Amino acid sequence: MSQPFRLDHGGRIHRDAPLQFTFDGRPIDAFRGDTVASALLANGVSLVGRSLKYHRPRGIVSAGAEDPNAFVQLGHGARTLPNRLATVTPATPGLEVRHVNAWPSLDFDLMSAFGLAAPFIPAGFYYKTLMWPRRLWPLYEHFLRHAAGLGHAPNAPDPDRYDHVHAHCDVLVVGAGPAGLAAARAAAQTGARVIVADEQAEFGGGLLATAERVDALPAPQWADVAAAQLSSAPGVTVLPNTTAFGLYESNLVLLAERLHSDQPDNAGSESGARVWRVLPKQIVLASGAHERPLLFANNDRPGVLLAGAISTYLNRYAVAPGSRAVVFTNNDSAYRTALDLADAGVPVAAIADVRVDPDGNLPAQARAQGIPVHTGAVVVQAHGRGRVAAAELCSLDGAPLGTVECDLLGVSGGFAPALHLHAQASAPMTWNPEVAAFAPQPSHGIHPAGAVTGQLDLASVLRQGTAAGTAAAAAAGCSNGHTPAAPQAAETPTSDLKPYWLPPGELARTKPQFVDLHEDVTLDDLRLSLREGYESIEHVKRYTTLGMGPDQGKLANPLATGVIAELLGRDPATVGTPRHRPAYSPVSLGAIAGRHIGPLADPVRVTPMQEWHESAGAHFENVGQWRRAWYYPHPGESMHEAVARECLAVRNRVGILDYSTLGKIEITGPDAGEFLDRVYTNAWKRLRPGRCRYGLMLGEDGMIFDDGVTARLDDQRYLMFTSTSNAAPVLAWLEQWLQTEWTDLRVYLTSVSEHWSNIALAGPRSRDVLAAAGTDIPLARDDFPFMTFREGHVAGVPARVFRISFSGELSYEINVPADRARHVWEALLDAGRSFGITPYGTETMHVLRAEKGFIIVGQETDGSVTPDDVGLGRLLSRRKDFLGKRSLSRPDSARPDRKQLVGLLTDDPALVLPEGGHVVDAPGRRRPLPMRGHVTSSYFSPVLGRSIALAMVSGGRAALGERLYVATLHDDRWLPVRSCHPVFYDPEGARQHV
Amino acid sequence: MLLIPCPWCGPREDDEFTFGGEADIPRPADPAALTDEQWADYLFMRDNRRGHHREQWYHTAGCRRWFIVERDTVTNEILGASTYGDSQ
Repeated sequence: MSQPFRLDHGGRIHRDAPLQFTFDGRPIDAFRGDTVASALLANGVSLVGRSLKYHRPRGIVSAGAEDPNAFVQLGHGARTLPNRLATVTPATPGLEVRHVNAWPSLDFDLMSAFGLAAPFIPAGFYYKTLMWPRRLWPLYEHFLRHAAGLGHAPNAPDPDRYDHVHAHCDVLVVGAGPAGLAAARAAAQTGARVIVADEQAEFGGGLLATAERVDALPAPQWADVAAAQLSSAPGVTVLPNTTAFGLYESNLVLLAERLHSDQPDNAGSESGARVWRVLPKQIVLASGAHERPLLFANNDRPGVLLAGAISTYLNRYAVAPGSRAVVFTNNDSAYRTALDLADAGVPVAAIADVRVDPDGNLPAQARAQGIPVHTGAVVVQAHGRGRVAAAELCSLDGAPLGTVECDLLGVSGGFAPALHLHAQASAPMTWNPEVAAFAPQPSHGIHPAGAVTGQLDLASVLRQGTAAGTAAAAAAGCSNGHTPAAPQAAETPTSDLKPYWLPPGELARTKPQFVDLHEDVTLDDLRLSLREGYESIEHVKRYTTLGMGPDQGKLANPLATGVIAELLGRDPATVGTPRHRPAYSPVSLGAIAGRHIGPLADPVRVTPMQEWHESAGAHFENVGQWRRAWYYPHPGESMHEAVARECLAVRNRVGILDYSTLGKIEITGPDAGEFLDRVYTNAWKRLRPGRCRYGLMLGEDGMIFDDGVTARLDDQRYLMFTSTSNAAPVLAWLEQWLQTEWTDLRVYLTSVSEHWSNIALAGPRSRDVLAAAGTDIPLARDDFPFMTFREGHVAGVPARVFRISFSGELSYEINVPADRARHVWEALLDAGRSFGITPYGTETMHVLRAEKGFIIVGQETDGSVTPDDVGLGRLLSRRKDFLGKRSLSRPDSARPDRKQLVGLLTDDPALVLPEGGHVVDAPGRRRPLPMRGHVTSSYFSPVLGRSIALAMVSGGRAALGERLYVATLHDDRWLPVRSCHPVFYDPEGARQHV
Repeated sequence: MLLIPCPWCGPREDDEFTFGGEADIPRPADPAALTDEQWADYLFMRDNRRGHHREQWYHTAGCRRWFIVERDTVTNEILGASTYGDSQ
């Protein structure tokens, strides 16, 4: 395809480096240095998408990140990227570009029937209309999602790798236009560490598209020199293709750096983006300004471009975006575009200037060139269907001035500062009447410079940038004593901008006039929102979706502020601008996730016996971050069979469990006993060294927080076990009391969870196994009774052995240093072979403890359960205060209908109740059916040959033996059960005392 | 992100810390002497202050010390940090 709109000379494209990419499968010729958008315009492609709601034809509007229309899909398959902007995507060989919102094709769009129905689809239409019948919502939603296309997600896992870079610097410069380059140069000269980022592939911003001169060089050439100097300057990091998309507390700035792919299946597309997390000491915000569109009927037609963008396409890319132009403006800058067009040989049929008497240099030059200038005139309507064909002009009092043929309509409503980052941080902004827009104020290490402040004159912008760079470096502690000279440019006397928001009189009623092109929000939608009482700009935004597209309303919001002000008859300064939020422009999810995916998404903790468990064929479950052996199936065994075998082995012979994940905290100091007295519900000071006790820990609200055994190692030393997943919260809780409240207690806490591995031997033969493994600890019942602890050696390794039991069997929990644990584990297995030792996992552990009615914090309890609720009221000391005690004397704690721990036995012994199942008095159709409680634990008990369950049932303890039902959700059945005492096996506790 | 100035470790990212709620709420010396309302006030009632706020932070992934941070709840600006030793 030829490039009919490419100029013969000029521009920064590399004419010696032609390339080709595709748009919807059509080959597009381009040159290195083009963006996708400039190449499409050079090839005469004016239609790049359909609008979101009405499917109106849309074209390229801008030459930067503010474009509301130019969203395209890049690449295909797993690497495809939706919602990229053609205006900032460099044209690269082989790049695959597709439109995102038209069906079945861009030129023939069935959905454009919506456009004909537009008068019937105002803001809020879907919410108001598609409410009934409710059952059809899935259908509506499917249709709407198809209609509201925003590109599509990849169809397979992303094969690319993304990185996060953490960086610090003295000065971060956001934007490398004239202000940013001047600031970066000035800051670098002081020796400051500088990072300078710009979203475009080339540094220079507006300098690359102007005929002005800087330091006697053509502006683009000066920008090249400045960029090259920065690239080679020590301590300066230059990041092109990098968008600063978020500014957070502490002035953390997130940058997305787009990298380009060399993958053959993804030629030319982005790949493996990096997110930079930069914590600068100071920020120079040189993010520039976005030209504001103007309202008139059909202002969304392809061929309507921002005037500044036309200059950029002409001067930077050597592309004329049309062949006959009309310019519509309320300020001087668009005259420069008219002059640029005339220079490029594109006739300018008319300039319509809102102002009655523009007297700046540029209007004078335009007149001198013979360009027809209509002052006090506005464009009120664009004609043409697929593309603009003529502009209809009127005087400010509504008198027709005729229709002028054109295929290019350049508009300029002035420049609104790109204050998005500043606004994300809620930093202060003020209304700047010179540009009729909000501009950021310096604050908290942020130095705005250049067009973002409302300053548009190049000479002043360069001075401001230099001053901001110098000031930022000085504030960061870098200064070499002198202020560098600012780059010089000629001052251009200009006439003032005249704010223009609404067409005059009844012309403001002509339809449709688009405020937000991406979201298809019209002037009528704003009127409707205000009429219905949504007057705050935040309400208007939510009611109409103004500014909610992936373009973040860069063009729409500054226009809407003025329009709303005029409709309400208020000062725009009081209307404000909607709160901006990250991301400034779309960032791929892959880049945000970085390496935190797959196995690196969350750390996995394993015990020293992990490899043994794996080689033994264990299945694993996650407990918090821990991987724990769940059960060890023999070949051909089901989970049910394996767990039954493991349970019976413990009850009849001996089992071995890796219980290393338990939290372990050493508590030392003269006041350790007093401390335990305060945090546990029962008494500790009189516990003798060498003995263990079960303790309950409550929150100050009286609810169970954690439980576990604590042993007194010696006079001033205790070892506390916490539940696996509560280890860190319990430590934080204990430290909080010690450090903030009981600072007089001489107590020190040390987490030893990972220093000591814990191996539990359980079952009637566990004493024999321990003896056979070799220990110097006397094991006879009277030498080492239940609930005591001994120090010695096991299998030659120093060990702390606790005679405590979570299974109700004779049991030893053997703590050994983690680095020797695997040896001890295998020694115990070897010693136990002749006794039929069986490794068991967490599932068997759960069955065994449920047979004994032992609670698990977080399973039987849920933060609303008191000790008495689970039958542990005997552990509440009457003689001392403890955390949470006061809450237990509230009347609510004594309510007889509180949920209490009971056992449940099904009528059918083979039936295992669903955990979480609701317990009710009787089946019934009444809704809501009163609920008595819920099933907390439910298993098949091999030793009892039947199912068992624990449940929390309202008033359950006083009514043991009552008939209850458990409702199943999935098949609507009522399972008959009888409540019982929650200890199903060995209720006298004889087996653990042998 | 909040850059929290741990009095022992220096400024660190907020991922390393656990928030501990409003500071300066002493545990009543004799809880048993309080009415239910007084006890509930200690347990649940917080000022939820707009602006200057003294609050507790715990350096979970660092020195494991609890300390007091002063933060503006509107701007999230950190105004200072102190240890319990300093303030008592």
